[in-house]
Amino acid sequence: MDSAPIWISVKTSLAATLITLVFGVAAAAWRAGRRSRAWELLDGVLLLPLVLPPTVVGFFLLVLFGRNGPLGKLLLRLGAVVVFSWPATVIAAATVAFPLMYLAARGAFEQVDRSLLEAARTLGASEREVLLRVAVPLAWPGIAAGTLLAFARALGEFGATLMLAGNIPGRTQTIPVAIYFAIESGDTRAALGWVGVVLAISFSVLGALGFWMRYQRRFLTRGG
Amino acid sequence: MALELEIEKRHGGFALEVAFRTDGAPLGLLGASGAGKTRTLRAIAGLETPDRGRIVLDGRVLFDSAAGINLPTRARRIGLLFQHYALFPHLTAGENIAFGLRHLPPRERERRVAEQLAAARLSDFAPRYPASLSGGEQQRVALARAMAIEPAALLLDEPFSALDSHLRSALERDLRERLGNFRGATVFVSHNLEEVYRVCEELVVLSRGKVAARGPKEEIFRHPPTLEVARLTACKNFSRARRLPDGRVEALDWSCTLRTADGPTGTPGHIAIRAHHVRVSAAHAAAARPAGNSFPCWLAAMTETPFRVTLDLHLGGPAPGARDFHVQAEVFKQEWEKFRDAPQPWLAELPPERLFLLPD
Repeated sequence: MDSAPIWISVKTSLAATLITLVFGVAAAAWRAGRRSRAWELLDGVLLLPLVLPPTVVGFFLLVLFGRNGPLGKLLLRLGAVVVFSWPATVIAAATVAFPLMYLAARGAFEQVDRSLLEAARTLGASEREVLLRVAVPLAWPGIAAGTLLAFARALGEFGATLMLAGNIPGRTQTIPVAIYFAIESGDTRAALGWVGVVLAISFSVLGALGFWMRYQRRFLTRGG
Repeated sequence: MALELEIEKRHGGFALEVAFRTDGAPLGLLGASGAGKTRTLRAIAGLETPDRGRIVLDGRVLFDSAAGINLPTRARRIGLLFQHYALFPHLTAGENIAFGLRHLPPRERERRVAEQLAAARLSDFAPRYPASLSGGEQQRVALARAMAIEPAALLLDEPFSALDSHLRSALERDLRERLGNFRGATVFVSHNLEEVYRVCEELVVLSRGKVAARGPKEEIFRHPPTLEVARLTACKNFSRARRLPDGRVEALDWSCTLRTADGPTGTPGHIAIRAHHVRVSAAHAAAARPAGNSFPCWLAAMTETPFRVTLDLHLGGPAPGARDFHVQAEVFKQEWEKFRDAPQPWLAELPPERLFLLPD
């Protein structure tokens, strides 16, 4: 069994999780203070990858990042080609994982008592300090749960990855893609090995989630 | 030391229109819930932006709609004690107090936190999280946190409403002591009359977003300017009134005629008296006294509290039902003992100097 897909998958999922964490938390924090109808429309756009078939997400990403796409052209001028490269696996995984992170973080921010944010302001805190010293620490349990879910989703990403990054062994071939092509070419043993690896990682994530929730409950009863 | 404001804000059908000025002595903001008390505090702290007006603190313009000035909350230097304290649950008591002091060098910061903890008698509580503190302790931490930043004004939003009554008097004493040492402007919001009366010197009475009365507390309690203010200051007995040619006043709802100490100027709309100013006695004992606004009365209903009784009295004849009464009298139990077994009617006296006339 080739171990390259494992490292590519882990690397891709970690990178995608980190990206969704930063952008998801930023978008959620920015959104939590606003309650108008117009922002609900924006929510729809942000959550779209959650409900669209991954192949459709992949199609949109191809349109965006292709040689004639708006972002693709821009990157080409900088000398970078995204399609069928390793960064493409990260972009695909981050796109589909983003809504989970965003939803979890937004819910967590909305749970934070507004008067705590106001108290911080009366104590001289800037908006950045309010976010980093009050809102994020208090929303942290929800953000952490969102991070684990985003990681799991990124790890399992198949459709969009295949469309944008293709199936280049050693470069863009992640575990899910490798399993598909192993089965297709009749290599059941290789597929089984990778299935085992995915199961192991997934169980670890679920275990971490369960542990985290217990910890969170303790944290909450302590008053967090 | 002076806080001056004059603001207007619309909120759907609710219009807030408040103006007052305070320097030094705590100012009480009194009003029923929904009168706009908390809104006013939030506007001063910059948590809400008025549509129009001006807020000046110690000569610093915090808000001026005409000049386009609107200082952000963080730059206003206003200590706000939230109704439910709003302590940061993820920080210890000490860290909560230190929150507003992070710009100070560590040693100075520690000194200030220790000083505040000592002033709040909480020195042993620094490492504890808010969830492990009692309501009273939380309130003291919140006050210490607000005072640690050495604010130019201190705003207290119903600081005792979330506490058990037995805790209140001790905490109120603490608060009065701390306010005594505070040199900035203080605004104290409450719907509890007695609390406001004990803590504050000057009062602003709010009613449906407007200032209904403003002035020294004794003045407002003795001579409420309007029926509304009389009600808000817990006056229980009102009657429509009509001035008679001989200078006396006919209380139309009490079916009696009264002498008043107020000069016979103007046409009164209502006449009123506070329940604890109505004197009740057994008829035979009072017969010897000159009849000054004394009337035979019958008991309609009674409410007992541990030290006092409230008597619902019907004047001029036996009460047709428990809800048919003219005036309420509040008397101490030892007074009540003296006439409770005496045959009715008793005698109700409405002393002329305690009656007040309210314009329409």
